[in-house]
Amino acid sequence: MTDSKYFTTTKKGEIFELKAELNSDKKEKKKEAVKKVIASMTVGKDVSALFPDVVNCMQTDNLELKKLVYLYLMNYAKSQPDMAIMAVNTFVKDCEDPNPLIRALAVRTMGCIRVDKITEYLCEPLRKCLKDEDPYVRKTAAVCVAKLHDINAQLVEDQGFLDTLKDLISDSNPMVVANAVAALSEIAESHPSSNLLDLNPQSINKLLTALNECTEWGQIFILDCLANYTPKDDREAQSICERVTPRLSHANSAVVLSAVKVLMKFMEMLSKDLDYYGTLLKKLAPPLVTLLSAEPELQYVALRNINLIVQKRPEILKHEMKVFFVKYNDPIYVKLEKLDIMIRLASQANIAQVLAELKEYATEVDVDFVRKAVRAIGRCAIKVEQSAERCVSTLLDLIQTKVNYVVQEAIVVIKDIFRKYPNKYESVIATLCENLDSLDEPEARAAMIWIVGEYAERIDNADELLESFLEGFHDESTQVQLQLLTGIVKLFLKKPTETQELVQQVLSLATQDSDNPDLRDRGYIYWRLLSTDPVAAKEVVLAEKPLISEETDLIEPTLLDELICYIGTLASVYHKPPSAFVEGGRGVVHKSLPPRTASSESAESPETAPAGAPPGEQPDVIPAQGDLLGDLLNLDLGPPVSGPPLTTSSVQMGAVDLLGGGLDSLMGDEPEGIGGTNFVAPPTAAVPASLGAPIGSGLSDLFDLTSGVGTLSGSYVAPKAVWLPAMKAKGLEISGTFTRQVGSISMDLQLTNKALQVMTDFAIQFNRNSFGLAPAAPLQVHAPLSPNQTVEISLPLSTVGSVMKMEPLNNLQVAVKNNIDVFYFSTLYPLHILFVEDGKMDRQMFLATWKDIPNENEAQFQIRDCPLNAEAVSSKLQSSNIFTVAKRNVEGQDMLYQSLKLTNGIWVLAELRIQPGNPSCMLSLKCRAPEVSQHVYQAYETILKN
Amino acid sequence: MIGGLFIYNHKGEVLISRVYRDDIGSQAADSAVFSSSGPFLGERLGANRRNAVDAFRVNVIHARQQVRSPVTNIARTSFFHVKRSNIWLAAVTKQNVNAAMVFEFLYKMCDVMAAYFGKISEENIKNNFVLIYELLDEILDFGYPQNSETGALKTFITQQGIKSQHQTKEEQSQITSQVTGQIGWRREGIKYRRNELFLDVLESVNLLMSPQGQVLSAHVSGRVVMKSYLSGMPECKFGMNDKIVIEKQGKGTADETSKSGKQSIAIDDCTFHQCVRLSKFDSERSISFIPPDGEFELMRYRTTKDIILPFRVIPLVREVGRTKLEVKVVIKSNFKPSLLAQKIEVRIPTPLNTSGVQVICMKGKAKYKASENAIVWKIKRMAGMKESQISAEIELLPTNDKKKWARPPISMNFEVPFAPSGLKVRYLKVFEPKLNYSDHDVIKWVRYIGRSGIYETRC
Repeated sequence: MTDSKYFTTTKKGEIFELKAELNSDKKEKKKEAVKKVIASMTVGKDVSALFPDVVNCMQTDNLELKKLVYLYLMNYAKSQPDMAIMAVNTFVKDCEDPNPLIRALAVRTMGCIRVDKITEYLCEPLRKCLKDEDPYVRKTAAVCVAKLHDINAQLVEDQGFLDTLKDLISDSNPMVVANAVAALSEIAESHPSSNLLDLNPQSINKLLTALNECTEWGQIFILDCLANYTPKDDREAQSICERVTPRLSHANSAVVLSAVKVLMKFMEMLSKDLDYYGTLLKKLAPPLVTLLSAEPELQYVALRNINLIVQKRPEILKHEMKVFFVKYNDPIYVKLEKLDIMIRLASQANIAQVLAELKEYATEVDVDFVRKAVRAIGRCAIKVEQSAERCVSTLLDLIQTKVNYVVQEAIVVIKDIFRKYPNKYESVIATLCENLDSLDEPEARAAMIWIVGEYAERIDNADELLESFLEGFHDESTQVQLQLLTGIVKLFLKKPTETQELVQQVLSLATQDSDNPDLRDRGYIYWRLLSTDPVAAKEVVLAEKPLISEETDLIEPTLLDELICYIGTLASVYHKPPSAFVEGGRGVVHKSLPPRTASSESAESPETAPAGAPPGEQPDVIPAQGDLLGDLLNLDLGPPVSGPPLTTSSVQMGAVDLLGGGLDSLMGDEPEGIGGTNFVAPPTAAVPASLGAPIGSGLSDLFDLTSGVGTLSGSYVAPKAVWLPAMKAKGLEISGTFTRQVGSISMDLQLTNKALQVMTDFAIQFNRNSFGLAPAAPLQVHAPLSPNQTVEISLPLSTVGSVMKMEPLNNLQVAVKNNIDVFYFSTLYPLHILFVEDGKMDRQMFLATWKDIPNENEAQFQIRDCPLNAEAVSSKLQSSNIFTVAKRNVEGQDMLYQSLKLTNGIWVLAELRIQPGNPSCMLSLKCRAPEVSQHVYQAYETILKN
Repeated sequence: MIGGLFIYNHKGEVLISRVYRDDIGSQAADSAVFSSSGPFLGERLGANRRNAVDAFRVNVIHARQQVRSPVTNIARTSFFHVKRSNIWLAAVTKQNVNAAMVFEFLYKMCDVMAAYFGKISEENIKNNFVLIYELLDEILDFGYPQNSETGALKTFITQQGIKSQHQTKEEQSQITSQVTGQIGWRREGIKYRRNELFLDVLESVNLLMSPQGQVLSAHVSGRVVMKSYLSGMPECKFGMNDKIVIEKQGKGTADETSKSGKQSIAIDDCTFHQCVRLSKFDSERSISFIPPDGEFELMRYRTTKDIILPFRVIPLVREVGRTKLEVKVVIKSNFKPSLLAQKIEVRIPTPLNTSGVQVICMKGKAKYKASENAIVWKIKRMAGMKESQISAEIELLPTNDKKKWARPPISMNFEVPFAPSGLKVRYLKVFEPKLNYSDHDVIKWVRYIGRSGIYETRC
């Protein structure tokens, strides 16, 4: 039989013909007509006009015809909701049919008709089918619940279908279990808070039993669901792993990958000393390698996942380098992925082989692939020091081929090699210079210029080379322009005598003839630097650069951990969290790996309790690009007021960010040059003015800003103290202080890396404390912290964390995590950061409250050495939110009556007695919570004495 | 889960379109897609639906560049595609689906279609579109793959849809229990007069060798394909010379271990058809199963150690000036002299600017194929431990192309009557307690075929 003829009817008036045929008495003719309708529908023709006629054919005992009509219904019911009701009766009848296949067909199709009016009629038949004696009907009904939920979630809950679905998890038929799991998982995704799946050891056991018996697809549903469970301890994790490992031998790659996901996730809970841990690692490698003999599309999915696995646990595949060698006939997407993994696995042991391969690849046809291969050679050099020399000579060979894009790519990577091994391979510079003319890509040109500038003293004609670029300065891309500017300044600092003209030329090009603010700013900075203090300029521009780190292109660790939870899914293919490509609420729940230590508390599933994640596993650490922008906006909003220093903290932070970060990027390769710490300028009070001032106002102002944060305005800010010495924290030194600016409290931290390795992956957590201080945002360290680098961070705090009374009251225990370890320290915060802005009490109220508080709550302190008059005291205190309610003069003494309020609503009333001529003053404090008095007194003292 | 499934011909015209979820197409493509889809945009039904269909056509099928990824994300909609001859199958979703599962499903879909109507071609798809819709309705429910074993499907999805009416109640429930049951791949009540089974050990041996004759990588990927014509629900047990099993058994007699140890092979990894009890393999390393009726792939495996490389290729390429290349290739067969290799083909790539080729070979036939940029040397048969040689002179046109010729590797095809991995079938036992035939009554056939996979030598 040939159905293709149905595709060819395109003549006019066919709708009428079809209509007639549909209403024909002959069964065969009817069926033919419906087939034609379906064919037209497939090709995209509108045959909705035939709705009533087609629905009339539904009442038939011919199963094939019935299926065709159903297909039509599913497509058009939504556009004809009123008519769709006509079909309901047949559905309800069919759900009672003695043939289970027909019952299932009816319930399956009904769920696909997405018309609200129909859903009501669907409930009763569905309820029956969920309890049908035939498993085929039950498994279809289970999926139908998910369909119904998609149309009308409330209805499903009201009708109690969710409970019935949960019961099906204990069904005797494995396929029913699998479909119920799939349906529940999907429904649970749209209700992240509800504990729908309610995974517990008993239900997990049921799932594991069903796993052995159901179809390959069912196994995938169950494994994907298992991956969402968090075992209560390492023993449970191990026993689940033991029962999941046999799946690694399944012929279906998706089953294998889902099993890998469960294992990778639960392994996190196992101790590395365990024998079983080692066994499991060994068991994981072979199936992963086997995935590479699957069809190319699956290979691609597998390789994207292996890329993640290799980053998370490099030990699994470290001996399997060879299987990632590229085959000549691999599709390009497989080739590129394999190359990526080869670089990740490259080590001293296999580097010779890898290099030989890469050299081979660099002669292939596909441009992208060749470029990546060349880049890979450079990465090998940086990763494996022993191979650097061989890599460089390989790159030189490639440059000799004169293939344009190979040469350019090679120069870009050689620049990186120079940055990793300074002063080692400069002998190749001559060869590089020969190819100067063939470079037409900005990245390659910029790299070449960087090399010339960096090694200007060893290149005799460096000035000529750079001058040649300068001719077409305005046609270059920004990247090249910036590099050229820096390069020439470097040259000038190294060979000042011959190059004065050149440097002036480039400075004027950059500052006067350019519209690009980055370029102009960098130009001005250099200009001023050179004209005011050439020695400083030398220190800045020619500063020793931090070595670049070995691993590049690594996925940010928290994202990596999240992606591990998504092995096998699209997220792992895109290397993006689902929220980046899934619309709406679905699947946006962040997943995180279970904590390593076996704790009995965290038995909740990770879906419901992302808060149960260990410190530093906050899912949201991808640095938001908007940050700087936000700060810039704040900058505009904050009025540049002089006089009573009211500058907001955001203004300050904005400024620091802008200049700190901005300078870094301006200086390109010299992030350390102007880090702020090198240039300690005397603190001046009225700095905010310089914010609005033109760039011309001088570099010293810029430096003031970066170093003088502490002295600016707002409530008093103590100088930074070392909280965590480097000795105690494996090289991480933390110093910091607390600030309060217009209602927001922040913790200003300075992190210094005094270790020899790069630090990444910072996170912070506070213990519960007396006033509920907690970080209001995750600790954001945007770039890895290289050795000897310091970074300044302002961490906004909130006071809505959980409260526990500490001893002393203002004690704060902090945990800081980085890629090396977790460190703990405690610090005392000054109480005045908790004084709120609306702490001024009205006079009457003050009097009444003062009287109301019993006298035993009054505490008296003496503040010595405070030679200020009442005015000065009052204004000084006011800036820290201690408000003077009234002032009296009694017997030559100034009496100040003051009030303040803490963040948790406690009022403190104060009477300050100042005797002119006497440096000491008396402070009486009254408060309903007398234990704070001592700390309030300390706050007074610190504010007044600074 | 999968939101929709489309099948296109090479022009990008839709042959089959099944939408499971409403989210597909709602915003899948912008108006640019529409304007560019030109003539196809006739009287369309609800434009929404068609958006995803069109987006894929415009961005993937009609794309100028080579396909850079089998997964494409267009306007937050993900498209998975596989191609069979010039037919495109695309699965579409808006959610974070299990990507491996989607591809496995697409392959399975191809298998099922092939089992029903043979080759997947535009003609066949058009001829069977009703059947395909019926299949899609059954094997994919709301985007969740369901039982897709052809053995089970063929019992109730037939090209003669009328059959279903004549089924008895028992037959119906038998179908449903099979489709949902633990042994979804086999129906009960199968009877054969002659109980027979065929085992094919099919291996493809892959090699990448350096010009100096150093093995850069070599592995065998093998498949054990079984054709079973057995009555009832037979319980089978398969045994091979797996090193782990042999060593476990051989512990008793040291003598036997050393003897059999030589013949046992180390299997790097293996995967099994879903009928095999994986937990049993995991714990005892025994392969036991109830087979589907007819042909199926019992297992796949991979070995990398002690591979017998049936052929060695020794290349010698010499550039004589800028316009001439001299190529000499020797092949040596490396197996028992009593065995014969067949269908031997050596493919020697030639540069793009080749103007003429002269070939001399001692055995077989050699021809320069300009369209394929290669010299193809074919030998019908060759016994073990023999050697043969070809030499060629390649004339080149002078070019000013700076880029050097990439020198693709020399590849080889062949077929040998043994398993290059050394795998041997030790036994396949059949038990059917309910019927009166025993293991001895079953006629068993075993055949070994080794083929070249990607068998390349760089030159």
